[in-house]
Amino acid sequence: MKLFRDISLIFNRQMQLLLRNPVWIVVGVFQPVMYLLLFAPLLKPALGVRTNAEAYEIFVPGLLVLLAIFGGLFQGFGLIAELRAGVIERSRVTPVSRVALLLGRSLRDTVSLIAQAVIITLLALAFDLRVFLGNLLLAYLMLALISLMTSAVSYGVALVVKSEDALAPLMNTVAQPLLLLSGILLPMTYAPGWLQGVADWNPFSWAVNGTRALFRGDLGAPDVWQGLLIMAVLAVLAVAWAARLFAKSVR
Amino acid sequence: MIETRGLRKSFISRQGREKKTVEAVRGVDLNVAEGEIFGFLGPNGAGKTTTLRMLATLIEPDDGTATIAGADLRADPGEVRRRIGYVAQGGSTWDDSTAREELVLQARLYGASKAEALSRSAHVLESFQLSEYADRKCKTYSGGQRRRVDIALGIIHEPRVVFLDEPTTGLDPQSRAHMWDEVRRLRAEGMTVFITTHYLDEADALCDRISIMDNGEIVASGTPADLKREISGDVVRVGLPVSAVSAAASALEAYKLETYEDNVRLYVDDGAVAIPQILRALDAAGVPLGTIELHRPSLDDVFLTKTGRSLRES
Repeated sequence: MKLFRDISLIFNRQMQLLLRNPVWIVVGVFQPVMYLLLFAPLLKPALGVRTNAEAYEIFVPGLLVLLAIFGGLFQGFGLIAELRAGVIERSRVTPVSRVALLLGRSLRDTVSLIAQAVIITLLALAFDLRVFLGNLLLAYLMLALISLMTSAVSYGVALVVKSEDALAPLMNTVAQPLLLLSGILLPMTYAPGWLQGVADWNPFSWAVNGTRALFRGDLGAPDVWQGLLIMAVLAVLAVAWAARLFAKSVR
Repeated sequence: MIETRGLRKSFISRQGREKKTVEAVRGVDLNVAEGEIFGFLGPNGAGKTTTLRMLATLIEPDDGTATIAGADLRADPGEVRRRIGYVAQGGSTWDDSTAREELVLQARLYGASKAEALSRSAHVLESFQLSEYADRKCKTYSGGQRRRVDIALGIIHEPRVVFLDEPTTGLDPQSRAHMWDEVRRLRAEGMTVFITTHYLDEADALCDRISIMDNGEIVASGTPADLKREISGDVVRVGLPVSAVSAAASALEAYKLETYEDNVRLYVDDGAVAIPQILRALDAAGVPLGTIELHRPSLDDVFLTKTGRSLRES
């Protein structure tokens, strides 16, 4: 019970600070909307599909997964600022649960990501995207797991490197191949065999396939449960690793 | 209230490819009594902060034992956390939060209910004279105000011991004096205060007892008065032109002395008797004299005799 109480204390504080500075909503939504308006129209001919709705079915889930990965991986910057201000140290001398120090923050990231995803989904509906509510909720679960994992990883790395100068190139180097090999922008079915082989080792490529299946309405596709399972396992591992660092890390 | 035996900590520092083990704290024994202001004096890098961070459960000692407010540091750090407060050197507030928000959160992290946290925060804000700014963002505070919020955060749960790491560093003289009053008030409220400082006057004026730390070890412990008394006699400081320092040192080699850039200090039994003799010896050697002063030993002299260096210079 103490754990839940501690998580909610940290989460509420983080949420309060986030809402105090609503610029992130504008920034967080502006970019994906640009993708929807300026990039998605290229897709119908490029993907060889008949309608815009079909193109969005492929593109929107990829875009959402992209946001979850990138949004999460760059959360570590905020933590470094908190480390520098002494806020983390101040928390660590109290009996607060170390898992809560991490999860309170990661859950805030997850909630803000889902808020972003809802806005984007609503906009895509205006572009004739159609998706079943149940499937959509499962897709959001997938996004939540991705965001939980990537933000935990980012916090963990931030606690290890302790400097923005090291975190930025590190995260970019990790994120770029993950992005290219996940079939986010274009499905990997268009890739040559060797590239597909490499992509199979990218867990996010499973997440993207699963999310696409859900948007297609193909709930029974093995991609769905496989993607969810892989993301859940990785999220648990990432959270456990980063929480350990919150307990141990110096300064 | 605080008892440590053989507390040790070393770090591995990397310089290029070479790994070096730095022994930051090498066997610290401390005895701090309930209700005292205990000072930890030493130059930067002496191991004060590392010792403090070990006692505050932030880093694990490599070796040694410690009991703090009746809880065993190694066996039950969780209980130690409940009983102590810790105020770090670099501050602990978030720019966009208000002092009241920070205090309420901190009280709740220590387990207080919402209502309890609110009333405690109001009380602490009042006693630290922060009520006026309580609902403004921390980034609008002055250095002294922000430091008071830090201390308030450290004692919001009414700990039995509070650790303050260099609480007055970077403050102007007025805020510093104000901070000393706050520290004395904490003791008056029944708290044991453990404070680190590299200011001699602060250790002298504020602390009931001090330990002097250098190079990871405690070199002297006692009340400031006792420590100064240990250095028998007086200190005679002879100011000289820089070029004459070495000549003066050889002319006065019969005395126990330390040389500095533009002065030498002599440790003598009775200053009034020694000064004429010193003047004569310098005169005989043809050393041009600048100034001569006599003073009672300060904590700096204590540090000097224990370590061979002046605290002001290290």
